[in-house]
Amino acid sequence: MGERLSDVLNRTAPRLMDKRTGDVLIWILLLSAPFWLPAAGSYVELGTRVVVFALAATALNFLLGYTGVLSFGHAAYFGLGAYGTALTIKFLVASTPVGMLVGVAVGTIAAAIIGLMIVRLRGVYFAMCTIAFGQVFYFIAFQWFSLTNGDDGVSAWHRMPLDLGFTTIDILNSSNAFYYFVLAVFAACVAAMAFLLRSPFGRTLQAIRENERRARFLGIPVDAHIWMSWVISCFFVSVAGTLFALMNDFVDPRAMRWDQSGTFVIMTVLGGMRSFWGPLIGSAIYLVLQDYISSHTENWMSFIGLFFVLIVLFFPRGVLGLIGRKAVS
Amino acid sequence: MTQLVLFNLFNGLIIGAFYALMALGLSLILNLSGVINFAHGGFLAIGGYLAYSLIPYLGYWGALLVSPFLVAFIGILVERVLIRQLYGRDPLYSLLLTFGLAFMIEDGTRFIWGAQSLPFQIPVWLSRPLSADYFFLTGYRLFMMLLVTAVVAGLFFILNYTRLGIRIRAGTLDLETVSVLGVNVRVLRNLNFGLGIYLAGLAGVLAVGMLGLQPNIGDNLIMPSFIAIIVGGLGSLPGTLAGGILIGVVSGVTTVFLPAASEAVIYVMMALVLIVRPRGLLGEEGRF
Repeated sequence: MGERLSDVLNRTAPRLMDKRTGDVLIWILLLSAPFWLPAAGSYVELGTRVVVFALAATALNFLLGYTGVLSFGHAAYFGLGAYGTALTIKFLVASTPVGMLVGVAVGTIAAAIIGLMIVRLRGVYFAMCTIAFGQVFYFIAFQWFSLTNGDDGVSAWHRMPLDLGFTTIDILNSSNAFYYFVLAVFAACVAAMAFLLRSPFGRTLQAIRENERRARFLGIPVDAHIWMSWVISCFFVSVAGTLFALMNDFVDPRAMRWDQSGTFVIMTVLGGMRSFWGPLIGSAIYLVLQDYISSHTENWMSFIGLFFVLIVLFFPRGVLGLIGRKAVS
Repeated sequence: MTQLVLFNLFNGLIIGAFYALMALGLSLILNLSGVINFAHGGFLAIGGYLAYSLIPYLGYWGALLVSPFLVAFIGILVERVLIRQLYGRDPLYSLLLTFGLAFMIEDGTRFIWGAQSLPFQIPVWLSRPLSADYFFLTGYRLFMMLLVTAVVAGLFFILNYTRLGIRIRAGTLDLETVSVLGVNVRVLRNLNFGLGIYLAGLAGVLAVGMLGLQPNIGDNLIMPSFIAIIVGGLGSLPGTLAGGILIGVVSGVTTVFLPAASEAVIYVMMALVLIVRPRGLLGEEGRF
């Protein structure tokens, strides 16, 4: 059989994963995406979708990978961000930034309140409560017909060009401009998260992940830290939600259903949940695969389900987890 | 007015019985194996569809009897092949795996039996109302209540008085000790999984008699079942039973006064329980 994959990775991984090189490579790929995506037989909109979901998954990873707390209900705050944006632009102010601010505020406030109720719980119990609370907003969006138009979703609105005072950026009609807008938001959020993780606060979160009891003995207010981490994570997932609404010029309740939450988790796991760029890579693989499968078969749900099962059984550490582990050893 | 209240109360009781059946199965699996079975709603759907396909050969009663056992058998196979490998690992993985299974089962039923909803024939004499004043009190509904009561009683009999049940309960408290005492824990977990899935299958056959067949029928029942477990208290089966019936009844009664809130009220209840008593009504302190 020749060389095994792990051997190849073993040999090349240390060079590949040199921290700086990896970062630079990823940013070059992201910045140049509108140029090479069409050449690779794809389209810019797929790139935009990858970045939006990568932001959501990276935000989830802040909680899941770096604090060690499992949330299966992040779609709720993603969806609240999306609905907040859509409804604001449609009914209140026709401005993209204002819509985003409202969306993020709605998502974050809801998360802060719900976080207070579940922060004392741990493990499976925490996960179950996040699932159940996540569904509340799905039902509200589904049933509050006069505001949200129920199952049909909020349509008949669109994102507005960015007015910077001295110039206008037409993110509405130019898909390249919109891609770079999304990428800029992504960059800001990712930089903020990286900064937080490197701060003493972020180190404390990782200490809680590694050994909660010991962290408690050191006098760290564990519940308060988990709550903070939850709110921060939901804040960034709401940002992703606002971008999701802007991307589609539309939002419906499916954006906040539990299967959406599962998608975020599988993206994170697929890419590698202990690594910073894992969720981005997971999101790219997942969306490209989904794009391919759903254009070839009607039974794409089965394949996605099978994909979940196969990842869990054979690939639980994810792409970067595999490489990273080899690089360390 | 009394009629309306009684109607919705009874409705709530029946819905609550379904929640309880689902939640008891989920709870059994969760307590012994630490697995949240997302695919539980999928197994419920399989129960309904298998019964639909069996009726031409076995008649209604035969299907009602056989279908849940077939579903349990499928569950046992699934546990053997897939779920068993995840014990002792982060609960994240079993969640994701059963999540993927739920997708596959829903799509599979749609592939085999079609996406459109199908009618499910129950015996005619069962579907007649028993009284002209209380039109909602059909024989079928009464029969469902009796059957669910009998099955739940049977479950608690098994758990309290048979060797298997006592081992399941002991394993819930301390699996390691049970294993050291010479019980084959793998078989125990396998059978326990089958028992939980049997309840889902039975709930499926009963539910489709009332709601008709749809590939996503389990979706609407699984979330309230989660809430039933949370409200009742993790780790307590009587709590789960009480939680299921309670949220069914409360949601039924709410329908009378504020129909739009009938769905939301169960989430409010969950929030209240989590604020006032985070371990749930009958949950043990410090289990999670």
